[in-house]
Amino acid sequence: MDGYSLTDLWSILVMQGFSGLSLFSVLLLMALGLAIIFGQMGVINMAHGEFMTIGAYTIYLCSKITEQYFPALMPYYFVIAIFAAFAIAFAIGYLVEFSLIRHLYKRPLDTLLATWGLSLIMQQIFRSTFGAREVSATLPDWLMGSWKPTPDIDIPLNGLFVMGISIIVTIAVVLFLYRTSWGLKVRATTQNRVMAGAVGINTKKVDRITFAVGCGIAGIAGASFTTIASTGPTSGSLYIVDTFLVVVFGGASSVVGTVLSAFSIAQAQSILTFFMTEAMGKVVTLMAIIVILMLRPEGLFTSKVRR
Amino acid sequence: MLSKKSRFSATDSCGRSGNGAAVPFRNQIALAVVGAFMFAAAGSAFAETPPTSKVNTTHLAVTDKEVIVGQLHSSTGTMAISETGSIEAERLAIEQINAAGGVLGRKIKIIEEDGASDWPTFAEKAKKLLEENHVAAIFGCWTSASRKAVLPVLERDNGLLYYPTFYEGLEQSKNVVYTGQEATQQVFAGLDWVAKTKHAKTFYLIGSDYIWPRTTMKLARKYIETVLHGKVVGEEYAALGSTAFGSTINKIRLKKPDVIYAAVVGGSNVSWFKQLKAAGITGKTNTLLTLSVTEDEAKGIGGENLLGFYSAMKYFQSLDTPRNKEFVKQFKAKFGADAPIGDVTQAAYEGPWLWKAAVEKAGSFDTDKVVKAEESGKITFDAPEGMVYLEPNHHLRTRLRVGEWRADGQADIVYTSDYIMPNPFPKGY
Repeated sequence: MDGYSLTDLWSILVMQGFSGLSLFSVLLLMALGLAIIFGQMGVINMAHGEFMTIGAYTIYLCSKITEQYFPALMPYYFVIAIFAAFAIAFAIGYLVEFSLIRHLYKRPLDTLLATWGLSLIMQQIFRSTFGAREVSATLPDWLMGSWKPTPDIDIPLNGLFVMGISIIVTIAVVLFLYRTSWGLKVRATTQNRVMAGAVGINTKKVDRITFAVGCGIAGIAGASFTTIASTGPTSGSLYIVDTFLVVVFGGASSVVGTVLSAFSIAQAQSILTFFMTEAMGKVVTLMAIIVILMLRPEGLFTSKVRR
Repeated sequence: MLSKKSRFSATDSCGRSGNGAAVPFRNQIALAVVGAFMFAAAGSAFAETPPTSKVNTTHLAVTDKEVIVGQLHSSTGTMAISETGSIEAERLAIEQINAAGGVLGRKIKIIEEDGASDWPTFAEKAKKLLEENHVAAIFGCWTSASRKAVLPVLERDNGLLYYPTFYEGLEQSKNVVYTGQEATQQVFAGLDWVAKTKHAKTFYLIGSDYIWPRTTMKLARKYIETVLHGKVVGEEYAALGSTAFGSTINKIRLKKPDVIYAAVVGGSNVSWFKQLKAAGITGKTNTLLTLSVTEDEAKGIGGENLLGFYSAMKYFQSLDTPRNKEFVKQFKAKFGADAPIGDVTQAAYEGPWLWKAAVEKAGSFDTDKVVKAEESGKITFDAPEGMVYLEPNHHLRTRLRVGEWRADGQADIVYTSDYIMPNPFPKGY
């Protein structure tokens, strides 16, 4: 690394660290919704990516509507649109649980197929509604560009934004699971469904809300990804593999595990990509994950669940 | 009843012996009489329409009134984003040809098949179009992978393909006409321009990880090192669909190349440009020349993320000629005011017109005769991009343009090259 001044190296180090953190928050945000659905309910939701796409299209629609009718509100629409993304994904998740998932709890393999079918149907609906071309929401100015603490360091604002969202959502999920009566019911149902039912918990309702919340969080994730990537009918399928990887590696039923797993995968990938090529970085990361999963099939963190 | 019968006779005359057997013998004679009468009538009414028996000796789906062609693109799957424009442009061209009287007096009818972004499906559908539908030509394919999958089918069944995408070269088949640019046309002139106007010496190459970017970058590296005497300070390929460019961008910042030379495609393209902008790399601070951004992609990426960057293409929608303005107007009237027209869309529009010219020069729909006409070096078309010349090596002689992106997703053309001979097999590469 000769030929580079110390300031150069320092600023690259800072930016590289940030790029790892930024990837971490992306992975975490993707995985949280799934961690709730897969971890708490044992449902393998292959349509998770499509719920992200719903969130992303919600942002796109909101940006179009705001641009057309309320141009003065452009700087603020994004915040409201994120709530809308949660609400819409939540509502659709609720419907899906009611009409499809609840009939399949006893047949996990069939849920896998059914949700995969659902993801294909949703992709085609997106394509028919919004067209096959990828779209981009118009972002408010404060989300673009970079923050320059020194002349050599650029910290992307959209990365900071995604990071903020993912911290807020993680805290909200932890509070929801461990500090509310709803969370208590969810955890009780996870640990022992029959007992939970016997003490008067409406387990069906718990399932429905849990699934819908997971979908709603996917909606938020999709919404915040519009700041870094594009939105197309099949965008969701780009994320689904990474999402499962994070959840499985972290240990399906543990929020802490999901956080740590996202962190280690992101940092490994980001650092390796810097010193090798992107493809090699990914190969090495995946190999490491495979080895660790062979040694610890339950993932990094496990907690006792009903069997 | 009569009209129904005469339709039968028309089908018969195109050589499907299977249909004849279903009709009783006596009726067959009657049909033959009716058929002959129709022939005579058609012959006298349209003096310029040559009889089907003359223009079709190889059992193609050609009747006195129409000729069937295939359209084979992905209207579903991940490539639908890119291929939609090509589908629309080919339809527009065929509609216009029909409105102007068709090809050899016959109206073009399209059978559309969906390759579904899946390469084996492309091969299967091409086989169906050629062996069941006996189409006279196919307009289609987009990615090199789909073209490579279809190629053996075309060569075995002796079909014709008009392929619209700019691609890596190193291919020439008698059954394919390449209406997009091959790599030397797109790469060398663009590099010359950037080296000259930006005094560039160091280059950072980045592409998606598949055949087109890899081959193109190989050509580019060699050209930079041997002809421009520059230096490649980095070469990198991102997995298709990858959305994390943070580390790559940091590497670019560390190496400080004069030019970032990019061929990232698909969804990754959007992330790439959004993250460049977020990392403070913009048209103001750096020179970036890309091979993979047309107006189609610009719409997804967002003009504000592209502002000041350059694309090397043969066509930009903003091209200021009366011919192009007319084309843009027709296209928008049919497909909506905000439908973007990219390089490939325009190249797809050329396909049916070049085919018409070749068929009319050959005076026949038969593949071998059409190929001979294509290779005559006399097929030209007054395209929206300007006159294009079909060279005997099945590629087009065209110009290269460099466009500088504006915030509205359109490009200002800052450079137009002379006509460049296509050279799909460059020596020494």
